[in-house]
Amino acid sequence: MMTVAAARALRDGAVCFVGIGLPSTAANLARRTHARNLVLVYESGTIGAKPDRLPLSIGDGVLADTAVSVVGVPEIFNYWLQPGRIDVGFLGAAQLDRFGNINTTVIGGDYRNPGVRLPGAGGAPEIAASCREVVVVVRQTERAFVERVDFVTSFGFGSGAGERERLGLTGAGPQLVITDLGVLRPDPVTRELVLTELHPGVDVATAHERTGWDLRVAADLGRGEPPTDHELAVLRELTR
Amino acid sequence: MATIAPLAEAVAHVVRDGDTVAFEGFTHLIPFAAGHEVIRQGRRELTLVRMTPDVLYDQLIGAGCARKLVFSWGGNPGVGSLHRFRDAVQNGWPRPLELEEHSHAGMANRYVAAASGLPFAVLRGYTGTDLPGRTANIASVTCPFTGEVLTAVAALELDAAVVHAQRADRHGNVQLWGITGVQKEAVLAATRSLVTVEEVVDELEPRPGAVVLPSWVVDYVAEAPGGAHPSYAHDYSVRDNDFYVAWDEISRDREKFARWLGSVA
Repeated sequence: MMTVAAARALRDGAVCFVGIGLPSTAANLARRTHARNLVLVYESGTIGAKPDRLPLSIGDGVLADTAVSVVGVPEIFNYWLQPGRIDVGFLGAAQLDRFGNINTTVIGGDYRNPGVRLPGAGGAPEIAASCREVVVVVRQTERAFVERVDFVTSFGFGSGAGERERLGLTGAGPQLVITDLGVLRPDPVTRELVLTELHPGVDVATAHERTGWDLRVAADLGRGEPPTDHELAVLRELTR
Repeated sequence: MATIAPLAEAVAHVVRDGDTVAFEGFTHLIPFAAGHEVIRQGRRELTLVRMTPDVLYDQLIGAGCARKLVFSWGGNPGVGSLHRFRDAVQNGWPRPLELEEHSHAGMANRYVAAASGLPFAVLRGYTGTDLPGRTANIASVTCPFTGEVLTAVAALELDAAVVHAQRADRHGNVQLWGITGVQKEAVLAATRSLVTVEEVVDELEPRPGAVVLPSWVVDYVAEAPGGAHPSYAHDYSVRDNDFYVAWDEISRDREKFARWLGSVA
């Protein structure tokens, strides 16, 4: 459901910066269903890739073979991402806090002697800063949804309203957080993440249990549509 | 003018103990054969540099070649964690590993600055993150024209760069294509360079979009067919995704890793 919800968040014609794993699956699902003209940009330098199968990594040959253009890595970041030419950036998170800040660096201990060492930043800090908007896809657990991230790898809204603007960040930041339970969006005033939609069969109590902060729930809480047969068939074909 | 030499000889000339060295390749064209030769030659105290230290760096770190890692994303792409890297950081095994950590945009710009002969590069990056507090190579700079405060990153000057490419001619001109990552920038940022190639040909056929590194910016060329495996060389081989998945299990366990290391040495 998380993959289907992420695919549905992509509108036709959008230019999307895609990471590997669930974002890539979701983007390719969208391109095969409602968003035929979605432009996939991978940080390896492939622009407009149209893979006929899911790549395992962001640099698989199928992406270069099917791309409109293949450019060097400095160019992807400097020409295409930095000036705001990408509509949607997809990010994952090991930890996410109530203001949409993301940690993919270290958990527990201190930076030099961490409890867990994670892969680090990759393209994420600048994707979070420069894409017009960011979609975060993350499994909702009490360990991942924390009051305050242990390390800010990618900036969301900092400690709340006005901080992105003060820092001069050009993108709108995390506008959508899609989890296995539902969807969260930032409050337009305070920028705190609010639960706005639940997936089919999920209740509010579960969302509260799996959030490490006092989760706010929208008054007009929505309910997502279950995946259609078509979406499921395409998804099965993709991940076969 | 590049010297064409056997792999072992070329590696011995280019990569020395204590070097700051990059084995670049962005998923594609990763110089595995050259990296394994470095393990065989027992190089020590290396500062390993790479945007995406993946399985090759997990192997070099596990083999004890590295003192420090300069990087932006350390994982097994599409699979998960690098367990030798993690073991070195969390447990100091086989030796402690010092880290200098960046974002991809920061690393790419650091290479560009060094390749351009400039002391630093400027970007709109790292803003609001905890990364600048962790390295002296990230600072802020004020634009002399607009007054905007931007991020400066220090040039990434290398003692040595090692990359893999599809072809070279007998003069040592090197041609590569497909996903070209930061290979060109790494070679131009280095004092010494080695390019391993799928094949040495009499004459390079021009290919639209292919990057050519002229002989006079390359020190050594070594023929290493299949030298990018388990990564790939576009039009020569495909990525061995199964090996990347298998590495997860080999690298999780120190003994299994030691057996793998024995098979290389």
